[in-house]
Amino acid sequence: MAHAKNHDYHILAPSIWPLIGAVGGFVMLFGAVLWMQGITPFMFWAGLAAVLYTMFAWWSDVVAESRQGDHTPVVRIGLRYGFILFVMSEVMFFFAWFWSFFKHRMYPMYDYAGTEYIQPDIHAVDPFHLPLINTLVLLLSGCAITWAHHALVHDNDRKALINGLAIGIVLGIAFTFLQGYEYAELLKHEGWEFGGDQFYSNFFMATGFHGAHVIIGTIFLTVCLIRALKGDFTPEKHVGFEAAAWYWHFVDVVWLFLFFAVYIWGQAPLM
Amino acid sequence: MADAAIHGHDHEDQRSFFQRWFMSTNHKDIGILYLIVSALAGLISVLMTVYMRLELMHPGVQYMCLEGFMADPCTPNGHLWNVMITYHGVLMMFFVVIPALFGGFGNYFMPLQIGAPDMAFPRMNNLSFWLYVAGTSLGVASLLSPGGNDQMGSGVGWVLYPPLSTTEGGMSMDLAIFAVHVSGASSILGAINMITTFLNMRAPGMTLFKVPLFSWSIFVTSWLILLSLPVLAGAITMLLMDRNFGFTFFDPAGGGDPILYQHILWFFGHPEVYIVILPGFGIISHVIATFSRKPIFGYLPMVWAIIAIGVLGFVVWAHHMYTVGMSLRQQAYFMLATMVIAVPTGVKVFSWIATMWGGSIEFKTPMLFAFGFLFLFTVGGVTGVVLSQAGVDRAYHDTYYVVAHFHYVMSLGAVFAIFAGVYFYFAKMTGRQYSEFWGKVHFWLFFIGANLTFFPQHFLGRQGMPRRYIDYPEAFAQWNYVSSIGAFISFASFLLFFGIVIYALLRGARETRPNYWNEYADTLEWTLPTPPPEHTFEQLPKQEDWDKGHAH
Repeated sequence: MAHAKNHDYHILAPSIWPLIGAVGGFVMLFGAVLWMQGITPFMFWAGLAAVLYTMFAWWSDVVAESRQGDHTPVVRIGLRYGFILFVMSEVMFFFAWFWSFFKHRMYPMYDYAGTEYIQPDIHAVDPFHLPLINTLVLLLSGCAITWAHHALVHDNDRKALINGLAIGIVLGIAFTFLQGYEYAELLKHEGWEFGGDQFYSNFFMATGFHGAHVIIGTIFLTVCLIRALKGDFTPEKHVGFEAAAWYWHFVDVVWLFLFFAVYIWGQAPLM
Repeated sequence: MADAAIHGHDHEDQRSFFQRWFMSTNHKDIGILYLIVSALAGLISVLMTVYMRLELMHPGVQYMCLEGFMADPCTPNGHLWNVMITYHGVLMMFFVVIPALFGGFGNYFMPLQIGAPDMAFPRMNNLSFWLYVAGTSLGVASLLSPGGNDQMGSGVGWVLYPPLSTTEGGMSMDLAIFAVHVSGASSILGAINMITTFLNMRAPGMTLFKVPLFSWSIFVTSWLILLSLPVLAGAITMLLMDRNFGFTFFDPAGGGDPILYQHILWFFGHPEVYIVILPGFGIISHVIATFSRKPIFGYLPMVWAIIAIGVLGFVVWAHHMYTVGMSLRQQAYFMLATMVIAVPTGVKVFSWIATMWGGSIEFKTPMLFAFGFLFLFTVGGVTGVVLSQAGVDRAYHDTYYVVAHFHYVMSLGAVFAIFAGVYFYFAKMTGRQYSEFWGKVHFWLFFIGANLTFFPQHFLGRQGMPRRYIDYPEAFAQWNYVSSIGAFISFASFLLFFGIVIYALLRGARETRPNYWNEYADTLEWTLPTPPPEHTFEQLPKQEDWDKGHAH
């Protein structure tokens, strides 16, 4: 039997990161429970640090392996499949929030026979004010990333790649700030509450998880910007950037659903 | 080199013990780890059932007392009972059967069957395994931490329905929720890995409809995991928010709807049933073909039946909830859709029988377990069609009839498939053969014990005995006694199984032939040395190695 590897697939050396990451995850979640019980936040932060460090070290290894040439064409196809599948699982995660939202919106509990529930007075916000601006900010950010992608693939124009990425990231950060500002306005001046009614529950759960994904996507794009500045990515080989772009468009599309469903239709009778 | 013959896979293995088992990037080693940990989780979970059957052996409460085990006088400890049923269910669902079939056999044999040198993402594969261990640890921590009724653990049932789960005190419930989150993340990463491996790494010439049936079953299972588990993660995250942050998704006082949770849970929960059983289907197909000395009957319909079961599994969830007050139209739909699943399942059962028809059948232990599977799964399937009737379900809902039904398909169907797989592949994985005699004793003990446990539960259910109670009236005493005896026999057979495995590992006859069954075990894993070396298929297999011109 031949002992030399004679195929293009990627065979990896043993790695400590999965073990450390899983232990970190255990510590983080156990710590989260302790924190929610009001015992101590310390364990949660320790676990989170371990998880974040694992992510950093692990993906650094991946970048290094890519530079060594381990990512042959067939491995790159596999990485793309893997990332698309990950995004599909994320879509199904949001499926649960939308299910809850649509159920409560279409069959509210105050319509049920014998119910004693009365929906509280909710001060509606104008979706065509700050939410619309946010929509435009996020979509423009997506345009900038697509510009960067085209600049890389068609022209190998590194300057446009870097500019497009930077603009996309700045707009992503702007979205996060505007959304934070809106949350503060809603909670402080419009009398909204964090929980307490199904309307607030659905609103903050769906938009909150979307916000978390925006932050993750922004970090992902920033890593790509740093790699681009260091000279990574060629027109043929840029799986990391492609994955970040896909992720960003996924976040865009979720926002469009949120904007039309939760902001516009979700508040319609309240206005 | 004498040593190299013993440890065929070790002689050029540069890895230390810690590197090999704790930092693994090798699908075969990770598969072994999955099998070992799931066996341990299974033992914990089975011990709980022995305790429960002991309590149910006679009317009245004798063992689960607030004062302690077997106290006299005894105040019944209902919380302890609830904790037992809850953790038995959670452990079996998330931490035993999926990791054994999907994580263990899937990891070990799917890449071998398609001629792939390893998984697509070998390092992430190990993350799946360690997240599974982390999830199991969170589950055990939940069992031992302060919960409801000022006792340890949560007694809310494995489905974690609100308002029970949102009002259960202590931190136990939160730990259980995170345990399910982590095991879900583990399974999703595993599913991504399996799908990518299946699509991207098949041997040259192996088109989709030439892939062996077990690998197909793992592929379809992966899709079910990928699309259903994130939805469960969403549902239990909502539980967490309701419990800890004053959200009201499921609290009617805040306009929430507890029935919504049931819908979202079962949207995951029904595909979960097929996640549990589909890999078993795959193993059984290979076992039956091998020991009937015939190629599997109707390969293509078998593949399409797996796909059809996977797709239909997503659109039948509310048949678990006929009694919550759905409209008649909804009930009619879910009834029809559920019955349709019997069609592809029937295709599979009849194809297995047709495979045996006219074959030269050899009654080796794996084949006995495959027979057991066929019989028990068919009984469970038939009671499933009975339960799919919304009208009949009015009487059977939450009775022991349901308990008997799902144990026939899962505890007996899936677990018999696991044992068939273990005996079928034991020598391939370890290089040592189990004792055929004791393997057969294990089968007969388990087959008799399991039937004795669960068949009488049909009668109890028809008499109206509700499930999930610590005690029952005198009228149900007789069949409960029989059922408990059966449970003890099954438990004895499980201990015997551990004995067989440990004896075989230490003293079993050495097996070095690549294919120690017969030429109808013709998938690629049977072309490799026994046990396989650290790296397999460094030279990708040629089409004539696996393509025998007939269906697999």
